[in-house]
Amino acid sequence: MITGSIAAIGAGLAAIGAGMGIGKIGSSAMEGIARQPEAASKIQTAMLIAAAFVEAVALFAVVVALV
Amino acid sequence: MKTTTAAHAEPEAEKKFNLGKFALHHVADSHSWHVFGDYTIGLPVILSTPTGLATFNASDFHGDDEGKVVVERAGQRFVSVHDKIYYASEGANEHGAYAEHDAAGKVKNARPLDFSITKNVCTLLLSVVLLLAVFLKVANGYKVRSGKSPKGLQSWFEPIIMFVRDDIAKPNLGHKYERFMPYLLTVFFFIWFNNMLGLIPFLPGGANLTGNISITVVLATITFLLVNFNGNKYYWKHIFTPDVPWWLYIVLVPVEIIGIFTKPIALAIRLFANITAGHILVLALIGLIFVFNSVFVSFVSVPFALFIYGIELLVAFIQAFIFTILSALFIGMAIEEHH
Repeated sequence: MITGSIAAIGAGLAAIGAGMGIGKIGSSAMEGIARQPEAASKIQTAMLIAAAFVEAVALFAVVVALV
Repeated sequence: MKTTTAAHAEPEAEKKFNLGKFALHHVADSHSWHVFGDYTIGLPVILSTPTGLATFNASDFHGDDEGKVVVERAGQRFVSVHDKIYYASEGANEHGAYAEHDAAGKVKNARPLDFSITKNVCTLLLSVVLLLAVFLKVANGYKVRSGKSPKGLQSWFEPIIMFVRDDIAKPNLGHKYERFMPYLLTVFFFIWFNNMLGLIPFLPGGANLTGNISITVVLATITFLLVNFNGNKYYWKHIFTPDVPWWLYIVLVPVEIIGIFTKPIALAIRLFANITAGHILVLALIGLIFVFNSVFVSFVSVPFALFIYGIELLVAFIQAFIFTILSALFIGMAIEEHH
């Protein structure tokens, strides 16, 4: 029971971190697209890759919490 | 809801719905394929034992999952506990099960080597047939109508193939992209098709193939081998003798060597965790109805689950894209010529 709760807190903390990270990536990408709309497709690709890296960290935490 | 009479009263703990167990059971591999209601299709079980190969249908367990039904084949006795097959104990314990549990609830019985055609293996074979059928037809279209505009299935897949070539292969691999196109296209469509098959909740789908760590590890291993067998001297020089003062080698070389392995490990875990997390999320939302045991919860959880499902369709594509583009990126880094 106790271990379950601690794992949940860990997963929650990881989710907060990943949320902030992906929020920053998204906001920067939007600023970039607003400044240079013609580079939108390139920015989107780079944004997805960066988001995947951040998201992976959060998912590692979820997997560790589950195990 | 089941009404229990005094004679059939079950212990309170057994009736209680366990959301975690329910979700994990549904994302795990299985020896049988659930159709609807109480109908399941038993899949072939192939076990390698010291006394020879034991083969039988999983329906011989009659849906038992607690080790109560014993199947005898090739001079051995088997039981099924939580979709894993164990050697049966000599006699039944006080619950009527032929399996012993330790204090942590794990089964203590020994396990035979399991080569069964499980749900995931079936889906793997199905996706192979599907991929071959689709892409042999598409490839044939270019032979029959060479120089003409694409038609039918061909015009459906041409933009996606072009997307893989122009947005994934060319920017990352440079002029040598053609050598790696077969792998990149295969891995992209394999992951995408299987992500989509996993999202179909009933028979042809329902398995969680790309959310299975073994499958993603195999895919990442192929990328790992491609990267390291195609790495040129600049790639290896960058790892073993980077352009830094010699005393930094003590730190940098081990870090670079670990880096070779962490890249494919991250690839495997990213795909596995993304797909599994998506499936668990949908199951958890639907499971809330049974946790609160009220039909009114469904007015909230069903639309929300549907919304997550929509996102999952997007994730299915994005994860195939991410896996392919990162593979291309790592290969591109290994074959890059130094200027």
